[in-house]
Amino acid sequence: MNDIARDASPAVAEEPKRRSFLADLFIRLVKEKPLGTIGGIIVLILLLTGIFAEALAPYGYNESLGVYRGPPSPEYVLGTDNLGRDMLSRVIFGARISVIVGLSASSLSVLVSTIIGILCGYIGGKFDLIVQRFVDAWMCFPALVILIVIVSLLGPGMWQIIIVLGLQYGIAGSRVVRGAVIGIKENVYVEASRAIGAPTGRILMRHILPNIMAPLIILFTTRMPAIILAEATLSFLGYGIPPPTPSWGGMLSGPGRANMLIAPWMAIWPGLALSIVVFGVNMFGDGLRDLLDPRLRGGVGRYGVKKVKEATKNEK
Amino acid sequence: MRAYIIRRLLLIIPTIFLASLIVFFVIRLIQGDVIDLMLVEQVGGQKIDRADIEHILGMDVPMHIQYVRWVGNIIMHGDLGTSIWKSTPVSQEILARIPVTIELGILALVTALVISFPIGIYSAIRQDTGGDYMGRSFAILCISVPGFWLGTLVMIYPSLWWGWSPPILLIPFTEDPLGNLQMFIIPAVIMGMLLSGVNMRMMRTMMLEVLRQDYIRTAWSKGLTERVIVMRHALKNALIPVITIIGLQMPILIGGAVVMEQIFCLPGIGRLLLQSIVERDYPIVTGVMLFFAGAILLINLVVDLTYGFLDPRVHYR
Repeated sequence: MNDIARDASPAVAEEPKRRSFLADLFIRLVKEKPLGTIGGIIVLILLLTGIFAEALAPYGYNESLGVYRGPPSPEYVLGTDNLGRDMLSRVIFGARISVIVGLSASSLSVLVSTIIGILCGYIGGKFDLIVQRFVDAWMCFPALVILIVIVSLLGPGMWQIIIVLGLQYGIAGSRVVRGAVIGIKENVYVEASRAIGAPTGRILMRHILPNIMAPLIILFTTRMPAIILAEATLSFLGYGIPPPTPSWGGMLSGPGRANMLIAPWMAIWPGLALSIVVFGVNMFGDGLRDLLDPRLRGGVGRYGVKKVKEATKNEK
Repeated sequence: MRAYIIRRLLLIIPTIFLASLIVFFVIRLIQGDVIDLMLVEQVGGQKIDRADIEHILGMDVPMHIQYVRWVGNIIMHGDLGTSIWKSTPVSQEILARIPVTIELGILALVTALVISFPIGIYSAIRQDTGGDYMGRSFAILCISVPGFWLGTLVMIYPSLWWGWSPPILLIPFTEDPLGNLQMFIIPAVIMGMLLSGVNMRMMRTMMLEVLRQDYIRTAWSKGLTERVIVMRHALKNALIPVITIIGLQMPILIGGAVVMEQIFCLPGIGRLLLQSIVERDYPIVTGVMLFFAGAILLINLVVDLTYGFLDPRVHYR
């Protein structure tokens, strides 16, 4: 790419030759991963919907319009619920909850994973052994069960949910970071840095952290759909974000289920929105992981004779 | 081999000990509520005050002594405690509910395998074709569509269109096998879809890895048919890691069972847990959590050991 640009005009060659890491990643995603790109577009739509919910929603999310359980109509595109609120507006505001919970809980979980993982991986020894046993013990509880128990202790609410989800997925993800750190700390440049007397903090920040960016990004994007789903499931079971705040999971529980025979649209739209969003985030995360994980690189093309034939053809 | 099994069993002990610590002390943070509830419940009659209830429930001693008592009872008598509201032993409550959860889990696993293996294998041997993209999208769809939503839709539409709805009361398998299956099959398929999404992706990755091995190339050059190569040479070796993944899916399976039992009114362990959380019946909550942890640890052990039987290259030392 750079060579072509240089040939075309000398002015372009003056530009920095290396694209930034993120821009490069983005270009490769669009070029190589069609499914990932579709996922990325869905994520972008979700983000924009969440941010501009007020501008997009025709009505307020808790605004009674006097039409109870109204079927979808030109006026209320997705119908109204049992309290006369516009479903479309509630689904749009629900996107905001998913964005807030998804982004902040994923960030928190990556932060927790990074702290536990770096400390365990870098310090090692007895400290690592003891902390890892706690992680083991924590991991032998089903995530959903431990989430329900802790939320029932803290009481429902958005911040509780974010903290609980962040901690749960953070502890589970710390293994990945720990593994990556153990691999990196054996490198000569870390040893050299230690030999010239660099403080531990500096080694961690300058040498370890930049090198585990790829697993951290993968952790972030693969945790996000799980976290969005977990929030919805908790809200569905009544341990999540309390009404009237419109969470997609919460909209499917209680009134959504009680009225589902009379007003099926109350149960359909939030679930559909949730499914599409989780689908999109999953595909986006998959695409990114394929690009970032060196173990999955290479080996393009089909297996078997065809591949061998192609290889020999190329050699000629 | 025997030494390995013994060492693994011994390693379970510290883990389950820490797990019991986590369970016990986390749950005790809510202990005040249950006494409040009980004080509210008993209107009229003789006045019992807080101290009496605390004494009856054994909560009048410091927490670490309560913990030692609790663990002591489990080790000495296999006694997980007694339900606060129902006054029945927790172990009895759990045992009564196990069959439902296990039946649901097994049916879900079978569904997952039936869906995921053919699609995963097809995706791998036709990598980057239209079929592969469809298979992969389907796999992601399976892990993206929330089970509780599908469950809710299944409750709505059949009853709207055909007036059919899943039975509410549990039909024991021994009395009416068909009726029983009718109850379980829908939640099991929904749970199975979630698992099959993960399995499909794993199956595909493993097949791709194996198909690039030298011995597969040798098989091709011997002129074997694709069918023989895929089914006999590749599949066997690709299956081994997939089996571990199935073991690791136990927590997902249990989480799914909690939700599905709730939606479809199946009296399994998950429903018992949710109900006990609402009632603040903490002996049941701690008992069920400990039971889950023990079950998951044991199944992981079993999976690790099967690994050795399936793959002769694995040696336990």
